[in-house]
Amino acid sequence: MTAHFLGIDGMARTDLEELLELTDTFAEVGRRPIPKVPALRGRTVATVFFENSTRTRMSFDTAARRLSADTIAFAAGGSSISKGESLRDTVEVVASYGADALVVRHPMAGTAHRVAGWTNAAVINAGDGCHEHPTQALLDCYTLRDRYGALDGMRIAIVGDVRHSRVARSNVLAFTALGAEVVLVAPATLLPPAVEGWPVTVANELDSVLGDLDAVYLLRMQRERISEGLIPSIREYAADFGLSAERTARLPAEAVILHPGPTNPGVEISAAAAADPRSVILDQVVHGVSVRMAVLFLLLGSGRNPADDDGGNR
Amino acid sequence: MSVVLRGGRIIDADGERALDVELGDDGRIAAVGGGLRGDLELDASGCVVSPGFVDLHAHLREPGQEEAETIETGARGGSLGGYTALVAMPNTDPTTDCVAVVEQVRALGRPSTCEIVASAAMTVGRAGEDMAPMGELVDAGVGIFTDDGTGLQDPRLMRRIMEYSTGLTRRLGRPVVLAQHCEVSALSAGGYMHEGEWSSRLGIPGQPAEAEELMVMRDIALVRLTGARMHFQHLSTASSVAMVRRAKAAGLPVTAEATTHHFTLTDAACASYDPVFKVHPPLRTDSDLAAVRAGLADGTVDAVATDHAPHAPHAKERTFDEAPPGMLGLETAFALTLGESGLDLPEVLAVLSWRPAAIAGIADRHGAIVVPGAPANLCVVDPDEAWTVSGVAMASRSHNTPYEGRTLRGRVRHTIRAGEPVVIDGEAQR
Repeated sequence: MTAHFLGIDGMARTDLEELLELTDTFAEVGRRPIPKVPALRGRTVATVFFENSTRTRMSFDTAARRLSADTIAFAAGGSSISKGESLRDTVEVVASYGADALVVRHPMAGTAHRVAGWTNAAVINAGDGCHEHPTQALLDCYTLRDRYGALDGMRIAIVGDVRHSRVARSNVLAFTALGAEVVLVAPATLLPPAVEGWPVTVANELDSVLGDLDAVYLLRMQRERISEGLIPSIREYAADFGLSAERTARLPAEAVILHPGPTNPGVEISAAAAADPRSVILDQVVHGVSVRMAVLFLLLGSGRNPADDDGGNR
Repeated sequence: MSVVLRGGRIIDADGERALDVELGDDGRIAAVGGGLRGDLELDASGCVVSPGFVDLHAHLREPGQEEAETIETGARGGSLGGYTALVAMPNTDPTTDCVAVVEQVRALGRPSTCEIVASAAMTVGRAGEDMAPMGELVDAGVGIFTDDGTGLQDPRLMRRIMEYSTGLTRRLGRPVVLAQHCEVSALSAGGYMHEGEWSSRLGIPGQPAEAEELMVMRDIALVRLTGARMHFQHLSTASSVAMVRRAKAAGLPVTAEATTHHFTLTDAACASYDPVFKVHPPLRTDSDLAAVRAGLADGTVDAVATDHAPHAPHAKERTFDEAPPGMLGLETAFALTLGESGLDLPEVLAVLSWRPAAIAGIADRHGAIVVPGAPANLCVVDPDEAWTVSGVAMASRSHNTPYEGRTLRGRVRHTIRAGEPVVIDGEAQR
């Protein structure tokens, strides 16, 4: 592992498994009456978000606090250019507050990679444009592993706006690295321009794959895809690709339903599907904290005992 | 004081011969012969004496963006790259779309170390809406019109500008050249690199090759309709090259340029996410790169241009979408063309010197045969010298070379502009 956590791309199966095993330790911490360990006491984790996000930032923030790290937050709704400051200037200012780790989210692909070249702090990619969202992929793998033991041989459909989805890119890499088979299901306009070379199969109809899945992963649908001319209407999208109550009924009995949140009820997922016992959407949120604790610990806590609850003053 | 280039071999459009060249005080070549001596003798042994290079496509940023480049620093970089003339693009601030700004650019260029050929915008403010005062500009001597930086979107206005330009031939004394940056913005908007396997993987929104090709196709059709003299800037796709090849075969009055980066780099370079590799048109695929080389080899592509586009360091310290497109080119063009175009040395000099000089309408002063009485715009190049590219070591005010750290073979040793040695032994003299 490098000093940064930028993407699933380039990670070996063993790297992923190591992180998932480490996550077990922190999941156990989360179940304690006082879910807090001093593993990163004295360390500072900065969330640097150039894009609105409540969930991911809360998840990282909770993970850092459970490890007893101090947290600081930088949030810019718009782009840095609107203030005339270059991205590099912004990063250097935030790093100068003494951050040991920068958790970076940005609407443009590659930003975390660029930031990593400008700072000595560990950089964690919390989502870069349409590129990667690696901690989301880890928590999804952890959730599936929690249900199935391993991903080997699983058949997983990723449904929706794959073209613009960092979650899909990271998950294709992670799921297949761990031995699962992935089918991308989307209207042709919402598939990446060139998926040749991706280790996936592609389907343009959800109904054609539904009966043969171990997991269905629904991506969030954005309304702006209509004005961009990519789909005619939300209604048509929901009719063709939404996990309706009827489709939920046709899912295999042991299949699980995942969604990165926040959901659009009635669009990509029906209320019935979200409430179905096979839905693991809330598990994903819980596991997100554990996975992010593992990543933070791996980058900042080397030499310390991860679950040490006897590390001095509390 | 007499200056002699000693011990080199001359290569120009007339062929090759081992002779010395004496420069006169009048800015012209005084003598060409064996064993010439002078007060200042510049060693050309092992080197080639060529007519100076002509860049059809340089962004010199003045007036308006002097932090990135000035005409003086751009010209100095040009001289170090063997250039004696640079066609300055009109996307300045204010836009070079009227005689006043043309005169300003020329005035700034006069004391510089290259001849600065001002091009002018086809439309007012390069906005693509109203025709620039082309007649006035032609009367002021402007021969190249371009909205470079963007393509002219409206086909009706493009048709009118083409027609209008054909009526200005007599006033200019030669056909007016319309140079198009081919890019249909409706297809390219929101794209920051070539759309394909790499963009899909990297998550950087792409622009398809067809954004360029549709405009190449449209303009060839309109040339057939109007008879206008069209020059295609920075061709970057295999299909664009093929269409221009067919247009030439059909006898249409079109020429084309390719940049050094489009035959040396591909979209794979964007994997670094470093916007130093962001450029319009974007770096394409291996097969496009091969097609551009093939176009150079068979003459479909007439000239190598740089699209030298300086950007101050902070401008590139942004994300891939926010950083401006463009890369430096003047000081690396000769070595890259020699090393990677696939052309042999005489052809390399042709695409850098006399072919672009003819397109720019300055063949009387640049790219000329090296004979007594000809204007002394020359460069002396060592095809074997290896050197390592360094952005900060360049004359430009900016450092955005995509070849940083690369070792290239082929270096400019001396450059002579109007009889004056402006570069001696690789050092700018002023």
